[in-house]
Amino acid sequence: MEAPDVDLGKLPITQKKLSLISFSGDFDKLVATFTLATGAAAVGYEVNIFFTFWGLDAIKKKQGRAFVGKGFLGKLFGFFTGGLRSAPVSRLNFLGLSPKIFRYLMRKKNVATLEELVEAAKTLEINMYACEMAMHILGLEKSDFIHEVKGVLGVATFLEISEGGRTIFI
Amino acid sequence: MAIFKLDITQEHCPMTFVKTKIQLSKLNPGDVLEVWLTEGEPLENVPKSSREQGFNVLEVSHIEGAIHKVLIQK
Repeated sequence: MEAPDVDLGKLPITQKKLSLISFSGDFDKLVATFTLATGAAAVGYEVNIFFTFWGLDAIKKKQGRAFVGKGFLGKLFGFFTGGLRSAPVSRLNFLGLSPKIFRYLMRKKNVATLEELVEAAKTLEINMYACEMAMHILGLEKSDFIHEVKGVLGVATFLEISEGGRTIFI
Repeated sequence: MAIFKLDITQEHCPMTFVKTKIQLSKLNPGDVLEVWLTEGEPLENVPKSSREQGFNVLEVSHIEGAIHKVLIQK
């Protein structure tokens, strides 16, 4: 789905800043990450999300299970971790049944689904970054991620961009 | 100047704020967004965060029950 044509560059500039370290690839924790991120962006915060380790699954282009990554082990890991659509919940996953139940409940109760939150994050032009070290371990490249990922960073650059704001680890 | 309407009475956090922000970003300067929302967090924070972002909140009025109307000018 393409993001609507929005010119956010003309909105008033704000100094408030929230930086999130998205470590977990769990469905429920990703919902928390993207809820905080989109909510903060919508009320005027500059928002950065730094995806590392399992969190990288959320920004893969291929949202299901796919042999994404370099090398035999990388591809195997890529397959078993999968992408956004195959994210497990952190408790009571029931072999992948629970995320389906959650998606159903969220739609039924008119709460934004994980996919809708990610689309909103793209529309709100939230700054998304991938962790260089975790990418190296998992054999992932920037081209494996959605094009909204602005860049590949290390700790020093993340500290620089998050300076002066609040940082949350999820 | 044009007036646009946005109903977020059925929405929940964070989409109440997200939809308001996205809709405001699509307007031209001077346009007005009429937001229908419910009391509680949307009523308390949509006008507040709009003001903080430099928009002009023209009016906050009660419609019926828990539903309120906020007029925000870009």
